[in-house]
Amino acid sequence: MVTKLMNWFDDRLPLTATIERHLTKYPAPINMNIWYLAGVLLVVVLVIQLASGIWLLMNYEPTAEGAFASIQYIMRDVKYGYIIRYMHTTGASAFFALIFLHMFRGMMYGSYQKPRELLWVLGWITYFLLCALGFTGYVLPWGQMSFWAAQVIMSLFGSIPYIGEDLLTWIRGDYLISGITLNRLFAFHVVLLPLALIAVVFVHILALHEVGSNNPDGVDVKKFKDADGVPLDTKPFFPYDVMHDLYAIGVFLIFFVAIMFFYPDGGGYVIEYVNYEAADNLKTPEHIVPSWYYTPYYAMLRAVTFPLFGLTAKFLGFVVMAAGIAIFVALPWLDRSPVKSIKYKGIYSKFFLALFVVSFLVLGYLGAVPSTPARTIAAQIFTVCYFAYFFLMPIYTKYETCKPVPDRVQLG
Amino acid sequence: MNKKSRILTFVVITAASLGALKVHAASGAACGSFLSEDGLTKGECKEAYINAKDKASLQRGAQVYMNYCLGCHSLKYARYKKVSEDLEIPLSMFQENLIFGDQKMGDLIQVGMDPKEAKEWFGNAPPDLTLEAGLRGPDWIYTYLTSFYIDESRPLGVNNKVYENVGMPHVLIDMQGTPRSVCKQIPSFADNGGIKQDPLTGEQLTEEKCGFLQVDNGTGEMSPEQFDKTMLDLTNFLAYMTDPLKVERETIGTYVLLYLFIFTMLSYLLYREFKKDLH
Repeated sequence: MVTKLMNWFDDRLPLTATIERHLTKYPAPINMNIWYLAGVLLVVVLVIQLASGIWLLMNYEPTAEGAFASIQYIMRDVKYGYIIRYMHTTGASAFFALIFLHMFRGMMYGSYQKPRELLWVLGWITYFLLCALGFTGYVLPWGQMSFWAAQVIMSLFGSIPYIGEDLLTWIRGDYLISGITLNRLFAFHVVLLPLALIAVVFVHILALHEVGSNNPDGVDVKKFKDADGVPLDTKPFFPYDVMHDLYAIGVFLIFFVAIMFFYPDGGGYVIEYVNYEAADNLKTPEHIVPSWYYTPYYAMLRAVTFPLFGLTAKFLGFVVMAAGIAIFVALPWLDRSPVKSIKYKGIYSKFFLALFVVSFLVLGYLGAVPSTPARTIAAQIFTVCYFAYFFLMPIYTKYETCKPVPDRVQLG
Repeated sequence: MNKKSRILTFVVITAASLGALKVHAASGAACGSFLSEDGLTKGECKEAYINAKDKASLQRGAQVYMNYCLGCHSLKYARYKKVSEDLEIPLSMFQENLIFGDQKMGDLIQVGMDPKEAKEWFGNAPPDLTLEAGLRGPDWIYTYLTSFYIDESRPLGVNNKVYENVGMPHVLIDMQGTPRSVCKQIPSFADNGGIKQDPLTGEQLTEEKCGFLQVDNGTGEMSPEQFDKTMLDLTNFLAYMTDPLKVERETIGTYVLLYLFIFTMLSYLLYREFKKDLH
């Protein structure tokens, strides 16, 4: 009966072939470690965000007059509305925490190197889309921080020479941040960006299954195959990885739920306290801080305090900030190392990767606190360190001595 | 990456994030020029020991709020009916004693005052307080409520240690009595934290410090302890207003966590079985 049904489908759709290709016969390296969990958890969070987002949408009102009150309506009057909203806010932070880990994994094990350049670029696009989703979503509750974050970020476009002011008005749809701006950000957040994200994530996974997963040793597992043509150092994704991931998802959800139900504000990081006040265009909050996942870039923006070549400091800061996000896409072509994994790369690669991580964390801290002259200097130094990892990469990866890479993966 | 460096990375990341949280806590809403009772710290809020499960405290807080605060401060995101249900105040009793004018049980808790006129009277329209405890924190509210003092230079005759030159009158002055900002002799401390002593007599040295709050004896309807307790009740009520479903949320959260523990344990056992195939 089941076989018959499957045959019926297979004649009309490559069902069995798809299941085999992506699940039961997808070869996953046996030495994948804990860092490889971020990817599957990201998919889980994507589903959480889509589901909770749809339910939020049922009661949210996208107008300047009604947005803030409709959030409170969801929190108080909608049955279990607070669970849906906290799921979405916690999910947003989890999304970024996981994508940072996922990207770091790729940087550590050289997962962007040939033949995975396109995979990396697609991943970078999802990161960019996520930044846009985070920003547009943050504005929707129309609290004080929503409003002023929109004000600060959008005003950056106004710093572009010649066209800036007109461009800014065009983007806002008004002469200042208003309900019109809210409406367009809403449209982007619930339609355009999620559609694009789902599409790119889909292609990202297709590309992954075409080239195969990298592994902590960065060796090509397809080199050695058994008699059936199955790579030796791999296991089928289903059931082995799926069972493993199920367990990991359980552990992840314990943390997720603990924050969601017991610390939904996350100490002011998941939901900022200033956002408990409705947007007021006549009252500027004392410190305007972005969400924690943008603070490294916010620190870069503020680090540029001097005009150069006739360009304003604000515009240059904007450029540096945008470059900080964009630069990742160039990694596959910056890395000249003959080896993939940091395990076998030389001492310089290790040093610069560590420097990058430290810079990212320090900038994240500096972007969250009010700036002082000393902190600005620190931000400038660490911005340089951040970019040094990328710009010096062609040099230090080419001239360092690497350790010999084994033919097959190493366990333990 | 070997196990050691993996653990090290984890420790570093955890330490960094805890550090960041601590910095945030330190930069939280400070309490202006409020002086602690021992005179040693300035601007730090008093801790409000409130309990969201204490229904009696919440009911007392609601009573004070409806009678003294609601004249000016709306709770416009909350509904009367929900408050009466959550606080377990019988509908009829709530309707008779805590709803004024012709408002209905299902209505949002609004005030009749016109914000434009209010702005003329007080310099600023009194803010809605539904989310005040989220915005400023319960500690701030509790400290603020207990920090009014007589200041003849102000238009309304009172000032506040936490929120200097606030436009709000001291509505609860009959309850509290007449609070004044006074000076006191307090022990002076050496840099090492010990109390300074006179090297000859061994007597403890004191210094004068100003800004303490003291209520004139016998001027209030309540004793200082009673008033303090009432303000805690009011703070508790405002904390409830911001997060009305806290108790329900944490109860559900506990069940969800329990379920997840069992799920994770079972999925671990399943994973272990499958893992045996591989080696």
